[in-house]
Amino acid sequence: MSALSSVTAATLAKDLRLEWRSKDAINSMLFFSLLVVVIFSFSFNPTAEESRQIAGGLVWVAFLFAAVVALNQTWARELRNQVLDAYRVSPAPAVALFLAKAIGNFIFVSVLEALMMPLFVVFYSLRALGPAWQLIPAAALGTWALVVNGTFFAAISIRTRSREIMLPLLLFPISVPALLGMVEATSSILTGEYSAKFWIVLLAVYDVVFTTACLILFETVLNAE
Amino acid sequence: MKRAFPIFALITAGLLSFALYQALVVAPTEQTMGDVQRIFYYHVPSAWTAFILFFTNLVASIVYLVRRNLKADAVAVVSAEVGLVFLTVNLVTGPIWARPVWGIWWTWDWRLTSTLGVWVIYVSYLMLRRFSASTQTPVLASVMGIFGAACVPFVYFSIWYFRTQHPSPVIGRGGELDPRMAHVLLINWLAFSCFAFLVCWSRYRLERVRREVEETQALEALLETRSVR
Repeated sequence: MSALSSVTAATLAKDLRLEWRSKDAINSMLFFSLLVVVIFSFSFNPTAEESRQIAGGLVWVAFLFAAVVALNQTWARELRNQVLDAYRVSPAPAVALFLAKAIGNFIFVSVLEALMMPLFVVFYSLRALGPAWQLIPAAALGTWALVVNGTFFAAISIRTRSREIMLPLLLFPISVPALLGMVEATSSILTGEYSAKFWIVLLAVYDVVFTTACLILFETVLNAE
Repeated sequence: MKRAFPIFALITAGLLSFALYQALVVAPTEQTMGDVQRIFYYHVPSAWTAFILFFTNLVASIVYLVRRNLKADAVAVVSAEVGLVFLTVNLVTGPIWARPVWGIWWTWDWRLTSTLGVWVIYVSYLMLRRFSASTQTPVLASVMGIFGAACVPFVYFSIWYFRTQHPSPVIGRGGELDPRMAHVLLINWLAFSCFAFLVCWSRYRLERVRREVEETQALEALLETRSVR
């Protein structure tokens, strides 16, 4: 267990330091989601009441697209200088590597959400009519759902031809229930018309099932020859 | 084994023609919808058959990961492909029926939406097979098969809740099914299952031959480069 936590911590610290120095992922994600916000508002031009109805979907579609940008870079960095092969032959548990990458992506996407949310509120003049604190568990569970599957499928897609385009093709179909959960939870909190509880529970179950599947199958994917 | 295939093909052809006769002539005409309802005998069995094949894909994927048996991988690719074709038949016959009965081709009703969701998952499975390097395809595809199958219940459950919360304008076909109709439906399902099995069988043989040819070609290429040296 100590090997697991120390390898996870070391890999995570390395990724965070790299990101802190380069700020590649966060900058590209921020600008990308800003573009999505602007383009959406041009193409729909919503009023305050309409934007409350569609904001849940809009916010999460923007984050989903932006997250793909960061997820694509997750493993690409390890391909240079055969770092991934070194991981493969090292005795470090593969699960630790996966957890570090998933937690790292979770931090990146959470930072993105924290920075973008005020902008959404201003641009679309949003005000939650339901219990606003529920947005935090919904966002955390939803982000983990995207990131855990995204990190896993990024590890699959780097082994394919045209790897950048392959990730969304694999990730989006599997993410449909999670996306529906996030969108519906957010919409229900913003409009205050119905309870978000069911969707938060659904996201929690989804997270448990897919995190387990990722942890069990990651070593197989890492060693696929 | 060589003789079994044509015999089974003959049986399937007979069964399919019998089922067609049953569906078009013997089955009673539906009171409100009329003859267009008869598409039901193709629509429903194709969905059931597709789901049996997707389940086969899941089992074959797990067997491949445990045993690393390439035959299991061939079964997985064949069942996903043929299952996708049958689900496409289901998705195409649906709108053909819906247009005269509901007045619209498509509605985002939970059944339609979730079936489309499952269809998309298996398309991405086949895309992964096509785009990955051939030596890694079996492992990556089996993993994807397991993830896809794990996602199917979530798709159905979430969309069901989503759509019951926002009622759709379409009322499902309620009431009891006439026992004669149920009988015809089951005959059609049997015929469809046999047909699917037949297609899978021949596709499986093709897949085995294709892999043998690939292996031989790779071996020949290897020998040629050696003789040149």
